[in-house]
Amino acid sequence: MAQLDKKEQKEEVVSSPPTGMQVIIREFKKDKVALFSLIALVVAIVTIFVWAMFIDQQELMRVSLREKFAEPGEKFWLGADQGGRDILGQLIIGARNSIAIAIAITLITGITGVVIGLLCGYYGGFIDNMFMRIIDFFITIPQLMIIIVFVTIVPKYTIPIFILIMSLFLWTGTARLVRSKALSESKRDYVNASKTLGTSDFKIIFGKIMPNLSSIIIVELTLNFAGNVGIETGLSYLGFGLPPTKPSLGTLVSYANNPLVLSSKWWVWLPASLLILLLMLGINYVGQALRRSADAKQRLG
Amino acid sequence: MWKTILRRFLVMIPQLFVLSLLIFVMAQFMPGDPFTGSITPDTDPARIEELREKAGLNDPWYEQYGRWIGNALQGDFGKSYTYKMEVSKLIGERALNTFWLSLISVILLYIIAIPLGVLAGRYSNTALDKTIILYSFITYAIPTFVLALVFLYFFGYKLNWFPTGGSVDVKYEPGTFGYIWSKMYHMLLPAITYAVLGTTSIIQFLRSEIIDAKSQDYVRTARSKGIPMRKVYTRHIFRNSLLPIAAFLGFTITGLLGGSIFIETIFSFPGMGQLFISSIGSRDYSVITALVMLFGFLTLLGSLLSDIIMSIVDPRIRIE
Repeated sequence: MAQLDKKEQKEEVVSSPPTGMQVIIREFKKDKVALFSLIALVVAIVTIFVWAMFIDQQELMRVSLREKFAEPGEKFWLGADQGGRDILGQLIIGARNSIAIAIAITLITGITGVVIGLLCGYYGGFIDNMFMRIIDFFITIPQLMIIIVFVTIVPKYTIPIFILIMSLFLWTGTARLVRSKALSESKRDYVNASKTLGTSDFKIIFGKIMPNLSSIIIVELTLNFAGNVGIETGLSYLGFGLPPTKPSLGTLVSYANNPLVLSSKWWVWLPASLLILLLMLGINYVGQALRRSADAKQRLG
Repeated sequence: MWKTILRRFLVMIPQLFVLSLLIFVMAQFMPGDPFTGSITPDTDPARIEELREKAGLNDPWYEQYGRWIGNALQGDFGKSYTYKMEVSKLIGERALNTFWLSLISVILLYIIAIPLGVLAGRYSNTALDKTIILYSFITYAIPTFVLALVFLYFFGYKLNWFPTGGSVDVKYEPGTFGYIWSKMYHMLLPAITYAVLGTTSIIQFLRSEIIDAKSQDYVRTARSKGIPMRKVYTRHIFRNSLLPIAAFLGFTITGLLGGSIFIETIFSFPGMGQLFISSIGSRDYSVITALVMLFGFLTLLGSLLSDIIMSIVDPRIRIE
């Protein structure tokens, strides 16, 4: 009898619907390209961060005119730029800076967007109305231009300030998405049941509704991360991103603004452009796989 | 129908007002004033003060704002200090260039996107479909400036198929056929870049729309009446899927405006985006404020256009 019970229990475990993590693992097992992208991304990011620690930035940024536009070869694997500085080293440092800043912006906008979205969706009414008007306004303004103007008028321009300026404009999409999901979630029975039991609003919002939205939030953050890499490198390319002392991938690409570099010194700007493209492709592909696993209708696995 | 449009239009007014306030405040914080560039160490401070007084820079902010917005409503955005001409005239010239570039881009965009979307939907889950999805995925992920640079390098410098900058060859007289052709030719590569970048959403939308339509009753009815499948696609499914595509026009305009800053800078095309970047560089703030205001207005207009088309296509979202 006891044995039978055990067996039944075991079967129950097997037939329970897969949890969030299991679904994601299954999806990645099914989609080999996504799995490959994920592994390649993790390896690349870890390599970049570890490698960057061993690079002496002062040594790297020292100008030596004799090696001006040195071609790729023994001394410089990827050649040198106008000041005779190693491209490969700048590429690693630039990638590290770009990725770190994109992660920071993603986290700040993610936390702001999720908290505001949850509060608006759960409480509705005045708070919801007010934030929705603010978000509507942010969505209709020409963001890129206003970020550029902001960057030029800030007197003491540093990286934290750049991150804050970007975050100020980029939290709205997440907030809007989370709000619409939280709105429908807060009308479910389990929320009503918790309310009847006397659970505090704080606990319901962050302990019950948020875990149910976790898959959507993860997808949104991943895709935002890709978007933020794009925006940061784009702004740095135009010269309104990171300060010149901190090279970004965009800074390296911006050397191509010189027609001579663009037309005949491909090793200066092409590697950085390709790295940006590969990063964006990889992150987006992982994001798409996550999105599929968050939506039962689209799953492959 | 009209109620929806009117309501959306009325919502625009406070948004524009808040935007104008934001821009005005930002303009106040811009380092230096318009005279900074023309001042040398031996300029008399009294003379600078006189210039500032004359330009009204010492008045309280609300007077300056009132004057600025009042003039702006009449189309007068002041004078550009670097170009020594009326801002409205300067922007007018550039806006025309941007307008033509955008028009060609939108036409190319639909020429590329519609056949690809239809093909992907019609032959879904074949190798062709997968190739088109891969294409749309890559164009979705690639940042504007990377694609623009790669195109410029490859088609402009390596293959020499297209001019690498400017808007027209200097050797042609304005008004001649050669002049117009040269203008078109200069716009082609930037326009292709725009078009390629904008195709993703239309392809994906059209594809899923057509896959959905395949299992609809009206398609089965048409098929059982004996209409060949090819005609069912061109006459029935395509028409039904095309209307929502029109609604993308508004978003496309918004996207074009954002992208114009990168594309026009990279192809050194004298449009509004390039003017914006060069004005930022020279701190020509009457031009900057006018441009941001104009872009904000056009962005709002784009989303208004989308909403109007959507409410024509889908009566459920109209306000009664």
